[in-house]
Amino acid sequence: MNATPDRFTPAARALHWLMAVMIVAMLFIGVGMVATVSARHEWLLAIHKPLGIAILLLAVVRLAVRLRHPPPPLPADLPVLQKLAALASHWLLYFLMLAMPLIGWAMLSAGGYPVMLGESLRLPPIFPTSPVAFAVLRHLHGTFAMLLFLTFLAHMAAALYHGLIRRDGVLASMLPAPPTPADDSDQA
Amino acid sequence: MHDPATPAQPGHRTSAWTLIAAAVAVPAIAFAYVGGWLAPHRLTPAKVIDQFQHNAGTFAGYRRNHAKGVCVTGHFDSNGQAQAYSIAQVFAPGQRTPVVGRFAIPGSNPYAPDSSVPIRSMALRFALANGQQWRTGMNSMPVFPVATPQAFYAQLQAQQPDPATGKPDPAKIAAFFAAHPETAAFRAWAKTARPSASFATESYWSLNAFAFVDAAGRRQPVRWRMVPEANDAGSAANAPGDANYLAADLTERLARGPQRWQLQVTLANPGDPTNDATKTWPDDRRTIDAGTLVLERSESQASGPCRDINYDPLVLPAGIEASDDPLLPARSAAYADSYLRRTSEEAHLPGTAAPMREASR
Ligand code: HEM
Ligand code: HEM
Ligand code: HEM
Repeated sequence: MNATPDRFTPAARALHWLMAVMIVAMLFIGVGMVATVSARHEWLLAIHKPLGIAILLLAVVRLAVRLRHPPPPLPADLPVLQKLAALASHWLLYFLMLAMPLIGWAMLSAGGYPVMLGESLRLPPIFPTSPVAFAVLRHLHGTFAMLLFLTFLAHMAAALYHGLIRRDGVLASMLPAPPTPADDSDQA
Repeated sequence: MHDPATPAQPGHRTSAWTLIAAAVAVPAIAFAYVGGWLAPHRLTPAKVIDQFQHNAGTFAGYRRNHAKGVCVTGHFDSNGQAQAYSIAQVFAPGQRTPVVGRFAIPGSNPYAPDSSVPIRSMALRFALANGQQWRTGMNSMPVFPVATPQAFYAQLQAQQPDPATGKPDPAKIAAFFAAHPETAAFRAWAKTARPSASFATESYWSLNAFAFVDAAGRRQPVRWRMVPEANDAGSAANAPGDANYLAADLTERLARGPQRWQLQVTLANPGDPTNDATKTWPDDRRTIDAGTLVLERSESQASGPCRDINYDPLVLPAGIEASDDPLLPARSAAYADSYLRRTSEEAHLPGTAAPMREASR
């Protein structure tokens, strides 16, 4: 099923909201676990690693969906600068949702840690052991996480601006189709 | 195309903007709280590591605790006796597992004389054939002074040198001990403990409890200890006035042949405390001999294979799990921060302490 002129495909919408919840949760889990010496550090990290790899897998699927089904166009009367900002921030979000888990995986590899996703599920290393690479990647993981959080805030504010102030259908394009019979957008 | 724009009316606009501002502010504040920026009283790994640095100074590139040490390599030969309790591959009968280890003395100063503390430590990384790892850091004493990270932090704070004298304030240390009666067993041990002349003649205790998990998924709380084969009093390398006799003694012994320890695993009875490293378990608890640690070579920690290993006690293989001991997650979190700082210094990242390998003390 393709994107109709004013709505993302159901697959794109499902992935968007599922991953929105997962990624925001990961950001909170991440900053929460490194800020405590309690048992929370342990169990949050035990969630953090498999959840992060799940995001990586979903992001690959999502990118494929995105490339096969172009999104509905933005409103024609939207100022060029806002269109550019939307485009740039969307690609930044795609980049970060792929980069963050890859960096997490690579930094553990570089640090010489076994990349354990559970009791005995272990991923192979994707980077040679190197303390210098570990340090650089670990700082990158933290910096990109902050960038991701700020971009998410701006993105959410922009979506609400479209939905509440401009009321131009951009927010609706990511929401479930209203069940009204008058709405023919989902009749493909 | 999207619907034609039907902008909100001015009255709605104000409330819409308020809603948007709140939608941004609420997660931003929650994020800052969870991240500890709005919770200054929370004990964070960074605070613990900062306190080590307040007490002894910052020695770039070195571990923030147990800074003075030496790398060792060898292997562990399992005799199969622990297999009934743990499915970890390292305990399979006849299994030989390569080991990269590190002997050290506690303290943050990599130039401290070996005689300055009566404690020695042994850290090991077992690289299992299935790619999993077991890392453990053990100390040469039967009990730990404190049971919680909060008490550990309070002890570090009490030990911080007074700027006026350059020495810890005895009154503060006395006040700490008075407020922490759980330190009594450790203090009794420390009264009679003497700095040993060798790493090779010491026993090393896990102190923290862990759980072995068998093939049926049953959890057996355990503690372990490395018991040395060598039991002579000292060595010729221990020249008086030498501040670095431990590494010299080790090199000399290893030149004569491998050094061995037996891995003894003590099984807790139901009800034995697993969350309190200040308490030993009764002597009659069943102890199994799991195999022999054989150390063959030592190397300087500046270039040896242990330098870039974080001996995080929660890097565990399937078959060994953490207990409810609150020191374990604290160690894991604090070692990670120490590791990030020292690797950042090795990488000369901006904002990190300048390298001072030859630095003052
Ligand atoms: C979308 C994916 C991810 C996000 C948003 C994320 C986010 C974060 C954040 C915010 C932190 C704290 C950074 C700091 O304050 O310094 C963190 C730390 C960390 N992350 Fe991730 N992460 C992701 C994926 C992963 C993956 C896939 C792994 C490993 C397989 C991983 C391993 C770690 C580790 C080991 C730490 C440091 C823990 C410590 O030092 O105690 N992360 N992450
Ligand atoms: C409450 C939070 C969120 C809201 C209200 C929201 C809303 C929206 C809306 C309305 C769109 C469609 C924009 C358009 O028509 O071009 C969109 C697209 C997008 N969102 Fe979100 N979003 C949220 C959270 C997130 C999060 C956490 C992420 C990922 C980190 C994310 C990533 C994306 C991406 C990458 C697109 C572009 C889709 C494409 O063009 O293929 N969103 N979002
Ligand atoms: C909350 C309590 C503790 C804190 C905050 C703490 C802190 C530290 C730190 C920061 C390091 C340096 C790690 C690195 O950079 O690689 C270290 C090393 C070490 N600690 Fe602890 N420690 C604690 C409890 C213990 C306990 C209970 C033991 C006992 C068995 C222990 C044994 C060791 C050993 C053996 C090392 C040296 C590891 C090596 O040679 O690399 N520590 N500790």
